Amino acid sequence: MQHDRQRVNYVNTLTQTDWDMITSIIPEGSRVLDLGCGDCALLGELVTRKKVRGRGVDIDGLRLVDGMALGLPVYQGDLDDGLADFADDAYDYVILNQTLQVVKHPQIVLREMMRIGRFGIVGFPNFGHWSLRTGLFFGGRAPKSPALPFEWYNTPNIRVLTIRDFRAFCREENLRIVAEHYLILNQWRRHFLARHSANLMAHIGLFVVARNDEGQH
Amino acid sequence: MFIERHSVGLVDSQSYVFGSPEDPLVLDSGHTLGPVELVYETYGTPNEARTNAILICHALSGDAHAAGIHDPHDKRVGWWDVMIGPGKAFDTERYWVICANVIGGCKGSSGPRTTNPATGRPYGSDFPLITIGDMVEAQKRLVAHLGIERLFCVVGGSMGGFQALEWSLRYPDQVHSVICIAAGAQLSTQAIAFNAVGRHAITSDPDWQGGHYYDTGGPVRGLAIARMVAHITYLSEMALNDKFGRRLQSADRLSYDIHNEFAVESYLNYQGTRFTERFDANSYIYITKAMDYFDIRRTYGPLKDALAATTARFLVVSYSSDWLFPKIQSQEIVRAMIAGDRDVSFVEIDSPHGHDAFLIDTDRLTRITSAFLDGSQRSKPFAT
Repeated sequence: MQHDRQRVNYVNTLTQTDWDMITSIIPEGSRVLDLGCGDCALLGELVTRKKVRGRGVDIDGLRLVDGMALGLPVYQGDLDDGLADFADDAYDYVILNQTLQVVKHPQIVLREMMRIGRFGIVGFPNFGHWSLRTGLFFGGRAPKSPALPFEWYNTPNIRVLTIRDFRAFCREENLRIVAEHYLILNQWRRHFLARHSANLMAHIGLFVVARNDEGQH
Repeated sequence: MFIERHSVGLVDSQSYVFGSPEDPLVLDSGHTLGPVELVYETYGTPNEARTNAILICHALSGDAHAAGIHDPHDKRVGWWDVMIGPGKAFDTERYWVICANVIGGCKGSSGPRTTNPATGRPYGSDFPLITIGDMVEAQKRLVAHLGIERLFCVVGGSMGGFQALEWSLRYPDQVHSVICIAAGAQLSTQAIAFNAVGRHAITSDPDWQGGHYYDTGGPVRGLAIARMVAHITYLSEMALNDKFGRRLQSADRLSYDIHNEFAVESYLNYQGTRFTERFDANSYIYITKAMDYFDIRRTYGPLKDALAATTARFLVVSYSSDWLFPKIQSQEIVRAMIAGDRDVSFVEIDSPHGHDAFLIDTDRLTRITSAFLDGSQRSKPFAT
């Protein structure tokens, strides 16, 4: 919780948060499943701003209480166990924001996501950021950054990946990358010029992915 | 007299009689029953439109006395007092909370101990077999009598959860929300098996006398054994172990005596005996039978289709150490409702207390329930 707050404090300094980005990506009235939704605040915003029909999934039942109080349907479950209670293609968008790096079985989670939803939105901290690289190179210590304020021994981030790693992962999983958004300094970018430097420059990567057989976003 | 600040305080049971010869209660079995008496209690006050009613459905051995005390000297409060009262999960300052004894029971509502108008003697085993649907049908009459068109919430644990589910299926337009705790879409094979053992213990007690025992003491030994078996199913292995371990009852060394060597034996004996003081053996048979019969698929068809016809918002809760109604049985309901695009929430509460956790482990249940009710006030069912 402490770390959540630290991260939230950091994200709050941005002119546009990752939530704003996600909200801008999702069309009005979509069916949305938010995996690792925590207190359902993002989902609540999506319902208010985009009139989505959503459901939140989290491993922590007591955090879901806030979502319930908003009148949102929630589901307590462990993403690593798969999501067998959700049918194929039940949702337009499945969100996995700041969660990929904390699951034990990212491959299972991503496959389940893409089975359930037409589009997946995956946001994760980019461990390829230059400050992390130089931190490790010069400092010789496990890297930290505003987006990653943890120590090696208490970090929930058990999966360390970069933007390039995720692109390669999508290729292996036969997923089409529909869009890439990067948080560089405190601006969100998706320009093709940013694409090449993103792995070095972006704190956060936000990908929209689809199965290769899926239509246009 | 000391009344806890958040208690509903002194309460009275009330009674409603219906089912005249022209309008009897028609049971699922095809039999009719009438007149029918329902004993119930209410807490809090109805709002003007009577849209704030919450119906609490009790479990096998529960009764209408869900909260408060009957007498200033009562040491025992209602069975869900911790959940019902001012500022509690079912906040009596906001909601009008109702709880009725099920028919077939022995706490005032019509059951085997009731006088059969045809013979002038207790029905005994001539009382018709009843179902969860019949219990709900009787509650429906009461709810109509109380001037309620639509219940804000129907809630129950275990067999109470069955009733809550049945309400949403039988009267989809009259239930705004459902809280189904530690229950499932049917009674499991294992649970039927345990019920059968309990019933056999009763019916093989010579004092049962074919169910017509009300002039004599009745099958107290059989009923006590039935309760002992059932009580084990309500607790988790861990809870039993924590509570008793292998502790001996009365000595430091083994006494090599047949009875009550271990503390757990003595505990079960006590539970069994105490139960016979407050429960009727025939009612035990009838109510466990009603539970055995509960099967949404048999009554309403494939689970997904059956639940797709409901319109209520659902909260399904399971407890991690409940092996009588394990999580998977709650999830079956949830999965079907998600597939049918219903408004369903699912929470599993981590607890060591087994099936009985919904009566014991109520802190988190309170938070979850209050939030769900708050949410239900804000929302309309999102798909009908």
